[in-house]
Amino acid sequence: MEHMGVEPQRLHFSWVSSAESTKFVHVVKEVTASVKEIGPNDRFVKTTPEVT
Amino acid sequence: MLDYAERIRAISKRLLEQAIVELIIGFRKGTVPMMNEPCIVRTPEEAEQLVWDGNCGINLANYLTGRKEKIGIVSKGCDSRNIVTHIIENKIKREQIYIIGVPCQGMIDRRRLTSMFEKEIQSVSEQNSAVLVKGDGFEKKLSRAEVLQENCTTCIHRNPVLCDELAGDPVEEQKDTDRYADVCRIESMSSKEKWIYFNDLLSECIRCYACRDACPLCYCPTCFVDESQPQWVGKGQDPIDVRTFHFLRAYHCAGRCTDCGACERACPMGIKVRTFTRKLEKDCLEMFGWEAGLSLDERPPLDTYRPDDPNHFIK
Repeated sequence: MEHMGVEPQRLHFSWVSSAESTKFVHVVKEVTASVKEIGPNDRFVKTTPEVT
Repeated sequence: MLDYAERIRAISKRLLEQAIVELIIGFRKGTVPMMNEPCIVRTPEEAEQLVWDGNCGINLANYLTGRKEKIGIVSKGCDSRNIVTHIIENKIKREQIYIIGVPCQGMIDRRRLTSMFEKEIQSVSEQNSAVLVKGDGFEKKLSRAEVLQENCTTCIHRNPVLCDELAGDPVEEQKDTDRYADVCRIESMSSKEKWIYFNDLLSECIRCYACRDACPLCYCPTCFVDESQPQWVGKGQDPIDVRTFHFLRAYHCAGRCTDCGACERACPMGIKVRTFTRKLEKDCLEMFGWEAGLSLDERPPLDTYRPDDPNHFIK
């Protein structure tokens, strides 16, 4: 994904057990912070074609 | 090259006469220059039509999938690696196939060759390392290295890795080739540049799926792009759908692709389809020390677990 041009800040991999609530919160905070930093995604988005 | 063809015919005849195999998968001359076509030969007489030259780039392992007969197959280096992959993936049994190995000197890129001439090419013949091109009113001798397929220039497995009989003396393997220069160039781009690069690369794609059909790895009964319930990916020309098809297909080939170049050869639009699979091939080599199709005894990295598998990206 990263190789074909999706920003690395959008890609996150994590292993969180159902018992690890604090880790889950931590991961979510990290993900949202890093995605907010680069702003809205304008690349891998499918738009509905305009019909005239 | 010419003696390869004679040896292949002689071996094929013997195998068919002695009923060691029921059929031979090989190449016969096509109707236009530089287009040999795959063929199935069932009688010793038919074996006469088998040929071998630098236009046998199609990967014959593609025709093995799920066959039940006893099969003889003509196989160059990359074909043999794909046969190994087929055996590992239980698509064919080792006992079922008799491999006629052909040491390969690289295949001719017909697009590259055609683009060198303005007029139509009427015949292409080969003598050792030279290629003689003839057409209406012109004749030119080229060196083989000038017209090789891109994947053949970096290939380091020209001799078959698995075979029952060789149709020629092994050729010297290429050394000191910079195998991943093209991948490194893309890796060094910024994220935005990468996105634009792949957009340009795929802008010509007409979704004909020739790359998939030519690929020996793509043997699923129903491909994910043909599935309609659920429909995994849109079927139109939308750039995002086109991209999804290409990169998902490449993922399906991760750790299996032998860089035989069949996809790129098949593409009617001349798209460098290998750009996707090359990255995965490089990653497999770097992360798991794995090259597909070299051994029958080793399991591929995607179906094995090792404690030292790289996992730095999991946080």
